[in-house]
Amino acid sequence: MNMIYMLIGISILLALIFLLAFFWASKTGQHDDTYTPGVRLLFEDKPAAEKVSKSDEDHL
Amino acid sequence: MVQEKLISGDTACFHCGETLPGKAYHLDNKNFCCLGCKGVYQLLSSHQLSDYYVYNDVPGQTQKKQATHFEFLDEARIAADLVDYTDEHVTVITLYIPAIHCSSCIWLLENLYKIDPDLTQSRVDFLKKQVVITFKNTALSLRKVVETLTAIGYEPLISLQDVVKEQKSNTAERKLLTKIAVAGFCFGNSMLLSFPEYFGISGLEQQFKDFFGWLNLAFAVPVVLYSGRSYFESAWVNLKNGVLNLDFPLALGIAVMFLRSIGEIVTQSGAGFVDTLCGLVFFLLVGRWMQQHTYHHLSFERDYRSYFPVAVTLIKDLKETPVPLSDLKQGDRMLIRSNEIIPADAILLKGFADLDFSFVTGESEPVQKVLGEVVYAGGRQLAGAIELEVVKPVSQSYLTRLWNNETFIADKDRIKTFSGTASRYFSIILLLVASAAGIFWLFTDPSKALPSFTAVLIIACPCALALSSPFTLAAVLSIFDKNKFYLKNTSVIEELARIDTFVFDKTGTITNPEAADLHFQGTITADQKQLVADLARNSGHPLSRELVKWINMPIQYGVMSYKEMVGRGISGLVNGHEVRLGNAAFLGIEHLQESSAVLVMLDGVFLGTFKAAQQWRPGFKGLIQKIGNQADLHLLSGDRDHDRQSLIPFFPRVQQMHFQQSPQNKLDYIINLQNFGHKVLMFGDGLNDAGALRQSDLGVAVTDNINNFTPGCDAILDGASFAKIPQFIQQAKDAVKVIHFSFVISLIYNFLGLFFAVQGILSPLIAAILMPVSTVTIILFTSISARVYARKNKLL
Repeated sequence: MNMIYMLIGISILLALIFLLAFFWASKTGQHDDTYTPGVRLLFEDKPAAEKVSKSDEDHL
Repeated sequence: MVQEKLISGDTACFHCGETLPGKAYHLDNKNFCCLGCKGVYQLLSSHQLSDYYVYNDVPGQTQKKQATHFEFLDEARIAADLVDYTDEHVTVITLYIPAIHCSSCIWLLENLYKIDPDLTQSRVDFLKKQVVITFKNTALSLRKVVETLTAIGYEPLISLQDVVKEQKSNTAERKLLTKIAVAGFCFGNSMLLSFPEYFGISGLEQQFKDFFGWLNLAFAVPVVLYSGRSYFESAWVNLKNGVLNLDFPLALGIAVMFLRSIGEIVTQSGAGFVDTLCGLVFFLLVGRWMQQHTYHHLSFERDYRSYFPVAVTLIKDLKETPVPLSDLKQGDRMLIRSNEIIPADAILLKGFADLDFSFVTGESEPVQKVLGEVVYAGGRQLAGAIELEVVKPVSQSYLTRLWNNETFIADKDRIKTFSGTASRYFSIILLLVASAAGIFWLFTDPSKALPSFTAVLIIACPCALALSSPFTLAAVLSIFDKNKFYLKNTSVIEELARIDTFVFDKTGTITNPEAADLHFQGTITADQKQLVADLARNSGHPLSRELVKWINMPIQYGVMSYKEMVGRGISGLVNGHEVRLGNAAFLGIEHLQESSAVLVMLDGVFLGTFKAAQQWRPGFKGLIQKIGNQADLHLLSGDRDHDRQSLIPFFPRVQQMHFQQSPQNKLDYIINLQNFGHKVLMFGDGLNDAGALRQSDLGVAVTDNINNFTPGCDAILDGASFAKIPQFIQQAKDAVKVIHFSFVISLIYNFLGLFFAVQGILSPLIAAILMPVSTVTIILFTSISARVYARKNKLL
């Protein structure tokens, strides 16, 4: 039954890690802007059109 | 679909979506409304940034407005005030750009490096409408950066006040979030550790019981000392001032719960109330966080500093040099270009001053000044460039003195909230009940005296009570927000429900500043209209511009021997005809002079008059009828009384309409109303209303563009929602009803708990069930009923 001491200790430690992760996120400003990153994600990273055609030529 | 696109492309500008004028601009098979829009398109497509138009249709803003000058950014001292960080290589600056409104904006502003590789990084914060730009300062100047942004249609708004305010608010919100996180963490863990006790631990496992108890106590310490600290501080401060606010019973409840838990756990006589305590603090902080609704792009504390420009151009030794406004001295010679604001009281030395004082005085028509006259600060120059000599530095100008007036600085009395009033009685009754229970048991069964006394304080801790106001008001605040009515804080809602007197400003508040309704009295043919339009096109006067817009014909003829007499009229030869536009004196005829009217004369024959009628905001009439039934209406205008006749139908009590009111008059009028016991709401828009807005019980600034300057106030209303005012007021009244009702609900829970507490049989389990259940009931009831009422009031 003494195992319970250890298990509880581990579970609290785990929870503490999450709490600290939240502190870190908050401190580095990850909650400051909750809108823009979602939009940014949807933009396509198109390489400039001319570059693509040039690299094709090199391969040929 | 394709068909639809073609049609819209034919009639609207590809860049900004405005209806095309008679003569549109074309490029790449696309139509543009003005050279500015075409220029932006050209610039973007030459840098492979045409995707800007892919993410959204017509993402741009019209480029018709006048160019601003950014020479002042070359001045090192001004630049140093604005940038966030700078070293030998790079500079970082945060700019506020009101034009940010869609995903195309984000995409373009984060791809600035494609236009100029020296703009190494840019990141947009959409909700704050800010962009953080990192650029190589060896290759680019700050001015160049800002000019590049302006060239693609994203002109930053640079004002010293707005930049400073931003940083502060952020840390307070973060701190509260951290406190909530700590409380939530401890709440969850202590609840888990309390379960075995509630479900019953067998005698064999007594050792675990102690272990859990001590762990629980460890969780309670940060919650009480860190998260709940502000309640003790607030209660203490209020107690010292002889006030019993809601924080007092809360702090008392937290303290008693903590001490009793320590006692029970140390003496191994019970399990303590740690989970209830943590949950209480957690829910209370969430309620506080809900109440702190912040608008990132709005400011309610603006003063003249954000209205005035950052710098002004001085003429020294025949050279133009920009200087910061604070360095402006008496005797300096300033250059004010068209559309710039005069920042200090000055004497006109050169040029024609045609000044728009509508924002400062409420006078709707431009004022003309002649050489040698004193011009007060705050006017916007409409005609060409003028030169003036400063007679008083900025801080002592007429306008700024008005602002520094003591009455304006004095803080408004704190708004009386229902929970504030109720908590006073609540605290007293709570202490009475607790003492009564304690004393009763002292004589019958002394062992139960202390438990019952503390149990009353614990169970009656007004958690649900403290949450009913924040949750109701936060719900209403977000409903108002959706309807473009932005409140400074939640207590404004309760104040709105109490208003019985409405005071309106005229110019810009009940009239629509942009749209004047023109009509022609007399007869005029289409050909003659063409001549008038071609002449009026040459003048920058607002009436001329209105006229051109109203006639809406493409340019056809050039004008010869054009003459403009400031404040009187314009004349010229158009297609061989002599056209004269202006007032009666300018035309040399006898005619009843009316305000906002343009008389037309063609080849010496008087044709008729263009009249500009002030246009009331849409819905103004309905609004007046609705609120006129329940409240008193007043009008305070800084303008002359030329609109008196047309306003009589709206304000049946003629003696309550006042014209030519100075800012001080307006302020005094409000004080006078308040002295008669009225609760006054003031609608205003300009600097001249600033004093009255502050003095009134509720000052509402009306604006057509919430990014524009608004004077300090309690609420900002978008002009588009002007007609919804009666609904807002009804919603505020309903919100107060909801708060009252939820108070009753939480009191019922309190009585239920007291039933156990006074008998001295309150177990931690009952407390642990009652507290969250009552809290959740209140949260659900307030949020749902606030929305039900909003639907009834057609606000959702």
